[in-house]
Amino acid sequence: MQPLSLIAWAVAALFGAGVVGLFGNRLPVVQRVVYVASIAALLVVAAAALAFLLSPPADSSPTLALPIGLPVSPDGLQLEMHFRLDALSAYFLLILGIVGPAVGLFAIGYDRHEREPARVLAFYPIFLAGMVLVLVADDAFAFLVAWESMSLASWFLVLAGHRAEETRRAAYVYLVMASMGTAALLLAFGLLAGVAGDYRFAAIRAGHLSDLAAALVVLLTLVGAGSKAGLVPLHAWLPLAHPAAPSHVSALMSGAMTKVALYAIIRILFDLVGPTGWWVGVILVALGAVSGVMGVLYGLFQRDLKTMLAYSTVENIGIVAIGLGLALMFRGDGLASLAALAMIAALLHALNHALLKSLLFCGAGAVLNATGLRDIERLGALIHRMPVTGFCFLIGAAGLSALPPLNGFVSEWLTFQAILTGIHLPQWELKFGIVVIAALLALTAALAAALFVRAFGIVFLGRPRSAAATAATEGSSTMRAALLVLAAACVVLGVLPLLAVGLIEPVSRQLLGQGLPGAGVASLLWFVPLPGSYTSYSGLVILVAVTGLAVIVMLLVHGFASNRLRRAPAWDCGFPDPRPQTQYSADSLAQPLRRVFGTSLFQASERVEMPPPGDRRPARIEVRVRDLVWRALYAPVADGIAWFTERLNILQFLTIRRYLSMMFAALALLLTVVAFTQ
Amino acid sequence: MIAAAYQLLHLLLMLAAAPALTGLVRKAKALLLGRRGPPVLQPYRDLWRLLRKEAIVAESASVLFRVAPYLTFTAVWVAISLVPAFSTDLLLGPTADLIALAALLGGARFFMALAGLDVGTSFGGIGSSRELMFASLAEPAMLMVIFTVSLLVGTTALAHIAETLLATSVGLRVSLGLGLVAMVMVAIAENARVPVDNPATHLELTMVHEAMILEYSGRHLALMEGAAMLKLLLYLSLIACIFAPWGLAVPGADAHALGIGILAWLAKMIVGGLLLALFETSIAKMRVFRVSEFLGAALLLGLLAVIFLYVSKGL
Repeated sequence: MQPLSLIAWAVAALFGAGVVGLFGNRLPVVQRVVYVASIAALLVVAAAALAFLLSPPADSSPTLALPIGLPVSPDGLQLEMHFRLDALSAYFLLILGIVGPAVGLFAIGYDRHEREPARVLAFYPIFLAGMVLVLVADDAFAFLVAWESMSLASWFLVLAGHRAEETRRAAYVYLVMASMGTAALLLAFGLLAGVAGDYRFAAIRAGHLSDLAAALVVLLTLVGAGSKAGLVPLHAWLPLAHPAAPSHVSALMSGAMTKVALYAIIRILFDLVGPTGWWVGVILVALGAVSGVMGVLYGLFQRDLKTMLAYSTVENIGIVAIGLGLALMFRGDGLASLAALAMIAALLHALNHALLKSLLFCGAGAVLNATGLRDIERLGALIHRMPVTGFCFLIGAAGLSALPPLNGFVSEWLTFQAILTGIHLPQWELKFGIVVIAALLALTAALAAALFVRAFGIVFLGRPRSAAATAATEGSSTMRAALLVLAAACVVLGVLPLLAVGLIEPVSRQLLGQGLPGAGVASLLWFVPLPGSYTSYSGLVILVAVTGLAVIVMLLVHGFASNRLRRAPAWDCGFPDPRPQTQYSADSLAQPLRRVFGTSLFQASERVEMPPPGDRRPARIEVRVRDLVWRALYAPVADGIAWFTERLNILQFLTIRRYLSMMFAALALLLTVVAFTQ
Repeated sequence: MIAAAYQLLHLLLMLAAAPALTGLVRKAKALLLGRRGPPVLQPYRDLWRLLRKEAIVAESASVLFRVAPYLTFTAVWVAISLVPAFSTDLLLGPTADLIALAALLGGARFFMALAGLDVGTSFGGIGSSRELMFASLAEPAMLMVIFTVSLLVGTTALAHIAETLLATSVGLRVSLGLGLVAMVMVAIAENARVPVDNPATHLELTMVHEAMILEYSGRHLALMEGAAMLKLLLYLSLIACIFAPWGLAVPGADAHALGIGILAWLAKMIVGGLLLALFETSIAKMRVFRVSEFLGAALLLGLLAVIFLYVSKGL
């Protein structure tokens, strides 16, 4: 069967599962049916995408037209929705098809305690179907319908826990931002289709845009898809909405939906809008670098585990954006092979982040399930009670801290290599700018390690900080299995990254006409990004060397020196205090970084209140961190809209006479406009 | 075959030389301060004594606490095995470039910081917290230096960088000078030396590195100490390899060149150790929050180095 028709059947199955999910409140078996069906459907999608990427058809990509939709052909008579599978779609489908089933497996065990299961079960498959359809859409109408169903389904999923006040607020902010994003994309597609109004991607690709229109399309795309992906400063909804959803949905939103948004950016900027100047790349790189640093800094000062992870998503989307922007710059300057390197770095990081972030959100979900807590200041020592979850979370944390030999390191390393080739750019301002980008990316990587030491160290190490943390137990077998599958995938991709690079190459060849330059994929073991640069990396050798030597050292030490061990109370310089409050807390761990980076960027301030001797009040420390982006960008807009609607409010209370005269005035105005334009 | 033999020799030589370098620095510092000081070989005796002792592990410690010393030690050991000392012909050379080398050291630090948090004491946490703050500035500074060097040579592979700098005289470059200063500052911070941290301090509140490993004893402590000694040697070797590659044997060299390589490396390490002792005795330790300015300066020097490189290449 054709890969595309397989995908169509999978989508149909997902919609069916959504209908079944409506009965989730009554029948407990529905939960299992829905998740198993979504796992199966996504596995089919993954298989179809993999088959396509391994042997791309030589002549043309398969297409499919459904007899419903807008009149998209110039004669205005055919009502059709078009779908098509090409290498770019297939690669992102593969990401979704790897992450989705693992998360579904986790959900089988996780979702059991939901109070109103139908609220999740009805929309979870629709959300997945929406993402699949966005990825295969081949006309603007199909794309926007799928995009909006993805957004709305995920909005309903965020609202699953609607009893909490902050969840409702998060859902509201998300809805507003998602609507704004879709509106921007609608306008972008309107400009792309031009006056002829042919919304098929093939026609858009063939058409030609004026410079001004192309620039507007780029900006609207960055607003529309960039806000969905979480690029600063349009990220504000993401750290509210992603953590508010049930954990497996958070994993999909951070792991998969942000990737669908990246797909939209790539589809429009690299494919539909046609050749652009290097300035487009500059915008994307700048947004990416700012997102990277700001995302990780915001995350460092959070106390909610899932919010920390959501901010880390903002950071990683920033790193992908840097790679994509570099690719655009190189393409604008006609350096196709370097553009391919940057593109592959970005796409590899997208895959790696999808895996790592799903793993971490599932881990956070397991913690939430076991303790009911998201506040890391009340957790601790969970590795004793939940060893599997702890181990898997550690892999995810180390991966996103870009530590070799895990997968997060490979793609960041590749991004650095792409940045280093920036010296070949002809423009001087770009050469200098790229140095700053490199410094910001290095800062991001170092701060990310700090963030994950804080996340893992406070949650899983130390001593338990609450009764709930003391009583935690490991999750169900499917939850553990899902975590182990995701962790294993991260290790395999870190050790053998060329497995994934082989799948990205067709994408790069489709969009840039270039694969990995030169003899890059000579062997599976050695990663040589550029031919003739002598630079190489091998995750497998590092893994074998470090673990092998560690085992040898351990055997030698145990055999020839000593292997005796005694448990004793902690030393702590002779004054061990058994109370868990005396440990270092998450806030105190971040305090030096807050003082170094936060004083100007977040106007962080501390107020210490020390009662005088003899006074028995406890000492207090008050820390205030302000979100400047929110205050500078969102608050004025919200206030402005509130002010404007307040003024418009009088329109509700007019007399019929006034309403009639207003209608007459509007009609007269429109007729005048028509008369002048004819 | 030769590369494998050199690699093995290199691994063992590094392991053998690291405690001696630490001993040398301690002895030189003591002499400069007018004390007699322990003998240069004292660190070997200390390590051996610690290794044979029973390890005492806190009741609240997890498995990670016991695994971390081995991982930290081997990560640093693997990292140093990639830095050419006497010959650039190393079997593991292509495994990792300079960026991966920095990331390996980051991995060692990651586990050390986690171990500091594991027991759940306040001193361990204070050490981890400050170490993370130092690292967040030291790593970008180091990457800027790496950037400078690799732009000059066109690769991030360390062996190739050394060979190129050795074969073609790039001359006295401003950017290399700035890079050297930045690199030395990073090395001081990463190795917990004065003025950033004091390796000999016994006042709990001033400790950073020592506070992280406060709960360790016996063989675990020996491995953590050994990792710190290896790291000092690594940074000195790295600085020598990039900024003073003279005497390095290149692939295809005979036994004669190899001998010269080893002697030159020993001489460089001794000079480096003495300079470090001199520097440490002539400066006072700074407050923790001054360190961010110190490392910020290193980062800016690194940035300047790249920009000078562009300017000089453009002219």
